[in-house]
Amino acid sequence: MAEVKIFERPKSMTDVSTHYCPGCTHGIVHRLVAEVIDELGIQEKTVGVAPVGCAVLLYNYINTDMYEAAHGRAPAVATGCKRVRPDLTVFTYQGDGDLASIGAAEIVHAANRGENITVIFINNAIYGMTGGQMAPTTLLKQRTTTCPFGRDPKANGYPIRVAEMLATLEAPGYIARVTVARPKYVIKTKEAIKKAFQTQIDGKGFSLVEVLSTCPTNWGMRPTEALKWLEENMIPYYPLGEFKLPN
Amino acid sequence: MPKGRVEVLEEKCKSCGLCVEACPNKVLKISDRINSKGYRPAEQFKEGCVACKMCAMMCPDVAIEVYRVES
Repeated sequence: MAEVKIFERPKSMTDVSTHYCPGCTHGIVHRLVAEVIDELGIQEKTVGVAPVGCAVLLYNYINTDMYEAAHGRAPAVATGCKRVRPDLTVFTYQGDGDLASIGAAEIVHAANRGENITVIFINNAIYGMTGGQMAPTTLLKQRTTTCPFGRDPKANGYPIRVAEMLATLEAPGYIARVTVARPKYVIKTKEAIKKAFQTQIDGKGFSLVEVLSTCPTNWGMRPTEALKWLEENMIPYYPLGEFKLPN
Repeated sequence: MPKGRVEVLEEKCKSCGLCVEACPNKVLKISDRINSKGYRPAEQFKEGCVACKMCAMMCPDVAIEVYRVES
């Protein structure tokens, strides 16, 4: 009886253990991005832009050329890179604190200009690296260290649905929201990331994939409980689906 | 049913348990061993793996390799 290896680490991922907490879904999305880069055969002509946040050390894990951008400015750095070298595939990988808060202006205008870049947006409804503060995407009544009695819309506003907001713009080519809460969703997430990269390769403009993710440490849950919480609480507020498709 | 085998790269595993939860045939568990990071790595403790790869798909640390046994 012979054995065939049917699942292994993608080539576009380095052989380094990540610094993430146990059960953090960043690792799943890193793997999916690396697998898509492998499948499209673009490892040698891809440039990534790392954010500020938990994924700040992304350049240690994805084995392509990488930038590190100032907080929230990854779409601006990616814009520069893509305009100078349109032959490269350029992606940013940003969290919700980075993209939806301090980087809100950059993402809106990069999308509105229809920059031909791909954005992977990790939405876990909290600031992870700095210790669990409220993010623009924190759900109503969700407790964080800066809203210990739960998010109150009178004081803090409502959670921002970034994918829907950007889908109202004319220019973007592909915008989708996916999650990694279960294996069936992971398969769809990979398809969405692949479509986003393909949109860029075909020159059809800005693409963004919002991935609903967990933060077991700052949510105060076991990793398996966190995935259940995500499914029960985040998906009803942040519906999954494709909001914009390339023409 | 295809037959498979799961190999956990024990030094990469952080004992989060997402693979144990994802496995439809429940052939994985958290072991009693301790790796150099201080985590108890997951392991396949019984036969019954069908090489569906669901554990590997959910592993945030890419610590799982899946083999299909060809007869």
